[in-house]
Amino acid sequence: MSLLEEMNEKATARGVPLSAHMDITWRCNERCVHCYLDHDGKGEMTTDEIKDVICQLADVGTFFLSISGGEPLLRLDCFEILEFARAKRFNVKLKTNAFMIRAKEAARLRKLGIEQVQISVYSHRPEVHDAITKLPGSLRRTSEAIRHLRANNIKVSVTNVLMKYNSRDAMGVKRLADEWGVNFVVDPTITPMINGDRSIMNLGITTDELEEIMHTEEFVGSVGEFCAPISTVDDNVLDGYSCSAGHTLAYISPFGDVFPCVQFPMTCGNVRTQKFSDIWYDSPQFAELRSIHVRDLHTCSHCSHTAYCSRCPGLAYMEGDLRGPSQRDCEKSYARTGVPSAAMERLGQRVPQVFTGLVQISGLQ
Amino acid sequence: MAATDIYLTQSNDVAARTIGDDTLIMSTLDSTIFMLNSVGSAIWNSADGSTPLSRIVHEHLCEEFEVGEEEAFADAKEFVDQLATHGILLVSETPAAPKEIQ
Repeated sequence: MSLLEEMNEKATARGVPLSAHMDITWRCNERCVHCYLDHDGKGEMTTDEIKDVICQLADVGTFFLSISGGEPLLRLDCFEILEFARAKRFNVKLKTNAFMIRAKEAARLRKLGIEQVQISVYSHRPEVHDAITKLPGSLRRTSEAIRHLRANNIKVSVTNVLMKYNSRDAMGVKRLADEWGVNFVVDPTITPMINGDRSIMNLGITTDELEEIMHTEEFVGSVGEFCAPISTVDDNVLDGYSCSAGHTLAYISPFGDVFPCVQFPMTCGNVRTQKFSDIWYDSPQFAELRSIHVRDLHTCSHCSHTAYCSRCPGLAYMEGDLRGPSQRDCEKSYARTGVPSAAMERLGQRVPQVFTGLVQISGLQ
Repeated sequence: MAATDIYLTQSNDVAARTIGDDTLIMSTLDSTIFMLNSVGSAIWNSADGSTPLSRIVHEHLCEEFEVGEEEAFADAKEFVDQLATHGILLVSETPAAPKEIQ
């Protein structure tokens, strides 16, 4: 077990939110066609309110802090917030489209000791990337920013979110990432809007396209290993949880709302009216979420994919059943292994027509 | 002891959090991860630039674990040297000036 796994296990046992994701604004200079946020900035927390939340997170033991948005650099106090978080000894990651990062900003991020900058790149073709972001020149600016960041030895991770407009561009973006010397993640993730609107889900790639991605060595490592069905389900699996949301991970919106995860819009409280620790330890919503073990999932607990499925409880929640399957992850498991999930068998649905799932592929290490 | 005493300061180039008895530290320079046990955590959390190692050892090792000062200091010094090698702790023979102390 690695040191991080050991610490994560201890954090789970002690109920410590080891990781937190803070969106400091939902405003953005891009208008990505698949974005799950609205971009209203009214009522955002002030600098002092955000600093107070950061102090509270430090007090409850949070170590990993992702600062995100919207575009976080649109806030004039973004660097002040980052500096404050680093002074509180957080491991800070910044999620940004990088449009506003030039040489000076990259050097400043280096000086602050930001752990990683995470950036979405949709295509190696400017006309495709810019059409998705609806911001002319965005790929050029993002590319320049990545070069500035790398010149300052800052770790960068590029995520290639796939949708019908760029479904064939993953390899092109991977080549760019290799050229830049940065990490690459392919992510066939289109999620419903945070307000529940599902209209953007039709942008997702098809099952055939997902299957192709899942069977491409450059993206997943050993295809044989990654795509092999595993049917072993033991008590360790059944006693476990679907993911870290609400167990060691919390999300805080720019308006102070606390969710288990950004993709899990179950409001558990608001830091403007309650202490974060009171919400984390005492909210009925977190209590209910934490009471659900894999063995309590009415369909997934006897599904052959259970041992490795990336079931997203947030998406299951948005699909209407906190203890149910996430249809999108069923489709992912099917694309990966060719074996229908228990939910698909139950519905007599052997081959899904369109994949619009909430998954992120990490290749086997 | 005082003649060879040293002063410890936490590096700014780390992320760190003490959870329970353990402290997780990650270097922002090379992402090296360290996990300190309760004794290491006590030394880390006392590394304020102005408290001599001998006092940290006396208060956190000798009194809590009933070990001799000399043996405890040697063990603590070895631990400190390891962290210093990785740039996690900064070691000085003089206390840090107030403005250097975080």
